[in-house]
Amino acid sequence: MKEFIVLGVVVFFSVLTYWLVEPFAHGQMHKHVDSHQFQYADLPAVTKQGDATAGKDLVMGAGACSGCHSIEADGVPAMMEPDMAAASYGVNPPDLSNAGAIYDAKFLTDLIKNPAHALKVEHKFDPASGAMHPMVPFYGAGGDMDQEVADMVAYLQSIAVKPSEVTSKMAFENACGRCHAMKYANWTQMGETPNFKYKKDALRYEARVLDYQDSLKKYMGKLPPDLSMYTRSRNHHFLSTFIEDPQVHLAGTAMPRVGVTADGADKVLTYLEEIGDPSKANGDRDRIGMYVMIFSLIFAIFAYLWKREIWKDLH
Amino acid sequence: MAHFEKANSIGEWFDQRLATKTLERVLAKEYWIPKDINFLWAMGMVLAITFGILLVSGIFLLMYYQPNVDTAFDSVNYTIMQEVGFGWLWRHVHAVAASVVFLIIYIHMFTGIYYGSYKKGREIIWVSGMLLFVAFSAEAFSGYMLPWGQMSYWAGMVITNLFSMGSLEMNGVVEWIRGDYVPGQAFLTRFFMLHVLLIPVAILALIGIHFGALRIPHVNNQNGEELDYEVEAEKYKSGNKAASKVIAFANDFMSKDMFVVAVYLIFFFYLTFWNYSFAMDPVNFDPADGLKTPAHIYPEWYFLWSYEILRPFSKDIGLLAFAFAQVIFVLLPWLDRSPNAVPASRRGLFKYWFWIMLANMIVLTTMGKLPPEGINNTIGLVSALLFIGQWLALPFVTMFEKKV
Ligand code: HEC
Ligand code: HEC
Ligand code: HEM
Repeated sequence: MKEFIVLGVVVFFSVLTYWLVEPFAHGQMHKHVDSHQFQYADLPAVTKQGDATAGKDLVMGAGACSGCHSIEADGVPAMMEPDMAAASYGVNPPDLSNAGAIYDAKFLTDLIKNPAHALKVEHKFDPASGAMHPMVPFYGAGGDMDQEVADMVAYLQSIAVKPSEVTSKMAFENACGRCHAMKYANWTQMGETPNFKYKKDALRYEARVLDYQDSLKKYMGKLPPDLSMYTRSRNHHFLSTFIEDPQVHLAGTAMPRVGVTADGADKVLTYLEEIGDPSKANGDRDRIGMYVMIFSLIFAIFAYLWKREIWKDLH
Repeated sequence: MAHFEKANSIGEWFDQRLATKTLERVLAKEYWIPKDINFLWAMGMVLAITFGILLVSGIFLLMYYQPNVDTAFDSVNYTIMQEVGFGWLWRHVHAVAASVVFLIIYIHMFTGIYYGSYKKGREIIWVSGMLLFVAFSAEAFSGYMLPWGQMSYWAGMVITNLFSMGSLEMNGVVEWIRGDYVPGQAFLTRFFMLHVLLIPVAILALIGIHFGALRIPHVNNQNGEELDYEVEAEKYKSGNKAASKVIAFANDFMSKDMFVVAVYLIFFFYLTFWNYSFAMDPVNFDPADGLKTPAHIYPEWYFLWSYEILRPFSKDIGLLAFAFAQVIFVLLPWLDRSPNAVPASRRGLFKYWFWIMLANMIVLTTMGKLPPEGINNTIGLVSALLFIGQWLALPFVTMFEKKV
């Protein structure tokens, strides 16, 4: 029937135009980057079996981790307030309570030995030129260094919650929260903003956040962006491959490879969606969409019946 | 004081005062539409419904939107999208409708061109339709400024810059339009005013003219057949509806329109809920930043073809070509010299002119989005020249057409 041919022509040109300006054009505009499933193939495999008890002594002692990091799960408080820590290190060293669950073991192992290497920021921190990474590498406590590192990683894993218990919020706050604010989650680099009764307290706190951000700017070269809307402004594949290795997207960027597990990255992305696009994350959009589709379908059926009724006499 | 009898029913009461029965007859029951039409003739109704959707969703958004450079982005992306119940739904509906309305406008326009429905008494319909296109373009552009994202800011910058008229360097005009040296608060508030008041009012007026202009020449039909409406109407009214070549606007035509609208709504809501990024560009979810130019600045898809006519040339020639592309469609009824108002398939050379124009505008649309580098520049240039050439050739293409 002629009407269907006309419909076919209209649909053909509409779909063609859509395909050209959306999938095709975006494919041309953005570099294609493959995901490597957070395997971190460039890092050496872990060979040793760690011992958590020995690891605890190292983390608290020779490893010096607790000199910079808090480990609240094991009763080690922060040495300094976040803004003061940022003034000393450029950024507030994250609490290590759940590091064992969020970061990849191979990554942690390499991080302890050579932070700039694991974080892929060697272009910024080159010991030869005197630019040291603020996290000091572990040079060994006198024994088998690989064993010592494996012990520390085992300790971090032993105090952390089970990976399946890591919430999306925890993943974000641990892996990204020291650098990125998230306005729509009431989050700054200092942590969740408390409610203040008096305006002067709120302003004081705000000034401290600004101080933190100034330190961070000096350390990173620029202020890392607020991530509230990134779930809408970047696609899922971009974000995931960017977290896996920022350098492949932005060569020379100051943002480190944070070394999260595949599951950790997923949780970070879930959090971005929960905060940036809650009606999608909580399923409202799909659910209401289905109702509206069913309604439209029924409407179309009635419209068709009405048309048929009226056109009975016209043919 | 005129003499009024006591009315026997509410209908009669209104009829005495407003002549509602006459109106119903002239605008509905005896407003004759040819029977030989296809679903493309329902696109006007689809457009009216889409405009209605834009109006209603826009009013809901307006209750929470804040036209302030510091709060606009958050009022849209946080307040409306997260805090207001179903705010996200209204926003998606509004943004998707604003984009889809152009798809339908283009289908509607090309339908008009294909069937020759712009001449022999239908010139005002065509011209008012093109004015509607211009008004909708302005409406969409001004609306795009409102969320104050990166694309709002930079598209606002690039488009207002065009008014410096290239080498004439009329920067004063650009500043006058912006109310500032760069897009800022004054710019946002005036585009807000345009978007929610002046342009919608103009659109409503234009829709009135467009509909009014249809009444006397009637709509065209699939074969370009000239109908004797008196005779056909008599057949219809005498009960011989099947033999008559006309149908009544209501409810014959309406019932078919509503079915097409219903099918369209299924498509529309699918896009609203599951495939909206073509209408809500991801880049515009980054807040406006005057210090950071986005890697690719491109307009919404429906402006791409005219953007690409601007781009491949040097500054001044590009502007002239762009101006040409903006106005040339309006002149179509006079550039087409043929005596025929029949489908392109029956019109000799014009048939090729039509399909080449359509295909070339799709090529221009594509090139307008791709980064201007390498082979893209050449394709863009050739397409833009072809576009201009086709319009210049139109009088000659149609001049020798024989009357069918
Ligand atoms: C001199 C202070 C210092 C010491 C000692 C230190 N760190 Fe760090 N650590 C930092 C700083 C600063 C950062 C943040 C670096 C950045 O974000 O650029 C950091 C980051 C980390 C991270 C997060 C890395 C990521 O991928 O986001 C982990 C995990 C970590 N340290 C573990 C350890 C462990 C385990 C030790 C002990 C072996 C340790 N740190 C010792 C200062 C220190
Ligand atoms: C040590 C600080 C630091 C940490 C930790 C960090 N980032 Fe970043 N991030 C940055 C900096 C600095 C930039 C700006 C990069 C640039 O423009 O070169 C950035 C930029 C980004 C961008 C924007 C990329 C673009 O397209 O412009 C995204 C997205 C992002 N980070 C996501 C994350 C996520 C997700 C995490 C946690 C898994 C994270 N970041 C952890 C410092 C950090
Ligand atoms: C009188 C009717 C209208 C009103 C009251 C209205 C109101 C608004 C408001 C308040 C916004 C800002 C919120 C937002 O960005 O989502 C907006 C955005 C927008 N409007 Fe309208 N609007 C109307 C009609 C239209 C029409 C006819 C079009 C286009 C053809 C249009 C296109 C847009 C676009 C493209 C946006 C930006 C959408 C986005 O990116 O979120 N609007 N409108």
